[in-house]
Amino acid sequence: MPAAIKPDVQKPDIKKEAYEYGFHDKAAAAVKLPKGLNPDVVNTISDLKSEPAWMRELRLRALQYFEQRPMPEWGGDVGAIDFNDIHYFVRASDERDEENWDDVPEYIKNTYDKLGIPEAEKKGLLAGVGAQYDSEVVYHNIRKDLEAKGVVFLSTDQALQDHEDLVREHFSTIIPPNDNKFAALNTAVWSGGSFIWVPEGVKVDIPLQAYFRINSEDMGQFERTLIIAEPGAEVHYVEGCTAPIYSSDSLHSAVVEIIAKKGANVRYTTIQNWSNNVYNLVTKRAAAYEGAVMTWIDGNLGSKLTMKYPAVYLMEPGAHGEVLSVAFAGQGQHQDAGAKMVHGAPHTSSIITSKSLAIDGGRTSYRGLVKVYEGAAGCRSNVRCDALMLDDQSRSDTYPYMEIDENRVDIGHEATVSKVGEEKLFYLMSRGLTESEATKMIVNGFVEPIIKELPMEYAVELNRLVELQMDGAIG
Amino acid sequence: MPEPLLAIEDLHIAVEDKPIVRGLSLLIHAGEVHAIMGPNGSGKSTLANALMGHPRYTITSGSVRYKGEEVIHWPPDERARAGMFLAFQYPTDVPGVSMINFLRRAASARRGSEIPVREFRQQLGAVLEQLHIDEQFVRRYVNDGFSGGEKKRAEILQLGLLQPELAIMDETDSGLDIDALRIVAQGINATRRDSNATLLITHYQRMLNYVTPDFVHVLAAGRIVVSGDATLAHRLEAEGYDPILSEATEGAPA
Repeated sequence: MPAAIKPDVQKPDIKKEAYEYGFHDKAAAAVKLPKGLNPDVVNTISDLKSEPAWMRELRLRALQYFEQRPMPEWGGDVGAIDFNDIHYFVRASDERDEENWDDVPEYIKNTYDKLGIPEAEKKGLLAGVGAQYDSEVVYHNIRKDLEAKGVVFLSTDQALQDHEDLVREHFSTIIPPNDNKFAALNTAVWSGGSFIWVPEGVKVDIPLQAYFRINSEDMGQFERTLIIAEPGAEVHYVEGCTAPIYSSDSLHSAVVEIIAKKGANVRYTTIQNWSNNVYNLVTKRAAAYEGAVMTWIDGNLGSKLTMKYPAVYLMEPGAHGEVLSVAFAGQGQHQDAGAKMVHGAPHTSSIITSKSLAIDGGRTSYRGLVKVYEGAAGCRSNVRCDALMLDDQSRSDTYPYMEIDENRVDIGHEATVSKVGEEKLFYLMSRGLTESEATKMIVNGFVEPIIKELPMEYAVELNRLVELQMDGAIG
Repeated sequence: MPEPLLAIEDLHIAVEDKPIVRGLSLLIHAGEVHAIMGPNGSGKSTLANALMGHPRYTITSGSVRYKGEEVIHWPPDERARAGMFLAFQYPTDVPGVSMINFLRRAASARRGSEIPVREFRQQLGAVLEQLHIDEQFVRRYVNDGFSGGEKKRAEILQLGLLQPELAIMDETDSGLDIDALRIVAQGINATRRDSNATLLITHYQRMLNYVTPDFVHVLAAGRIVVSGDATLAHRLEAEGYDPILSEATEGAPA
């Protein structure tokens, strides 16, 4: 172990984390590396995880890329991020959560109360895990079922231990370590995240949810998710949590890579609601091969700044990509979100549907790219982005980029920016709804095209959450 | 004579500082159906919207008393909960909000408490049946992609469900074919009670073939220039607005 870094506890034994104590295992060791980033920190992380040499080398190479690349000058304002003021590796214990409870901002506690989250779970939420303490039985049953089908569903750390070859074959192949500054950062210090491998022809008929993947690993701020669907496989992964996730550290930078092989169907649903101090800078990208279907459903609430543009690279004929996203920006928040569709083969198709809401001085931006390479004839793409502003202080911008190097294509784009219309309000109020009820109804209707794609419990929670946020803003 | 349900007195309404309604007075009692007719630009829709409290229409002077209370400073929702209703000439769409959800919220607001699901379904079912509206209709988003006729039916459906005491019908007949018109008229007739009143605002008298008004008023340049019974509407139909308007103006002081 390098001399400069001294984690304050001994190395935990991952294998030892039995379910005997479930989440309440107070014996789990807490680790918190000092603030700041350098090769020693990266080496220590790799040591703590007992990683193979190739992963350590990849991390160190990525660190160099991270250091070399300038900060992005487009999108949101990331100038205030102090990379020296961040803990790059934290492994929580229950004690930490208990201790930190008093530090949690009042508004977050209130939201938990309004959402009716039990006391025990509230504290679990602080660790960034959608805490579902009662789900162990369910979890075991699901796990048995999945195992019978040969599905691998583990934390990425665990997968690296148990299925090194599978991880090595696919890791960083969709998002290379030098893709962008924040992907490089993630590759250098990643921890946690989900690893899913679905064998050829296997259809997983229930959504896999992150909270079923019980482990004591922090979801963390640099989680790394990798999903591989072999030919003809189907899987729906659901991640996130609608209750605000409080994080004392201010940077969340995840990487999600997905590979949908021939005829596979992958759907990735995420709802994130970070506390208002967090920079949420995420790289998400999928490759879809012949006849494969890849769908990103992406909900962004909370955070100080989110920059997130889920991408689908359509690699072979017949591949279809879809992004449905909804963003909500309140006071002091900037949601810079969108999508990227890259048509690299003929007869591929894509749909982007983006809905954003700005209230109380919040700012939303749609930033999207549709790229069609020369020779990718017969491609179809349809982009629709709608922004709704709830008052005059809020702001919304649209940056739709189109790079079309092929003539024989069918590309459609439609964008609207509107305010909650006086006519709509008057109509609903003339039926007895108060102004606040009417506004909420209009907003709920506006996001309905996305909401209806969500699993039921998320749809209900998201609706409720949007209403709660609006309560704060419009009283 | 009992207290009028609606008492409009010397009402002046402006839109963006431009006076549109200029000194209109009208008394409506429970059990009555009044028709206000007038050429385009006479102020009919302005009156309808202002009575319901549309923020773009400014009441510059005069008074509107509903059940004895001055309502010109009430927001639209308060008027609605007190029993006033406006059937819109051009109902707006609310995409993503299902009719059934909207109707339930409106019915709950009107009643002053959350209406139980079962009771609501019964009420809604009865109104749908009466208006020959298919149940699938209420699964659709509010007015979203509705044809002109469907929008008007949706307004009548709300009228039937909410049972207002004062219904203001703003050109509900315009843009309807004869069958749709008959169904809409039937809906209006079905809600007629001794305890409520209807103010029909219309350009043409053909609606009045199906809904017989007790009083007909002709509106021109923001004032009621002549009032009469149902026969006035027939005269308008036969002769057009011009002779009646010039008679009225000749009789009036310069």
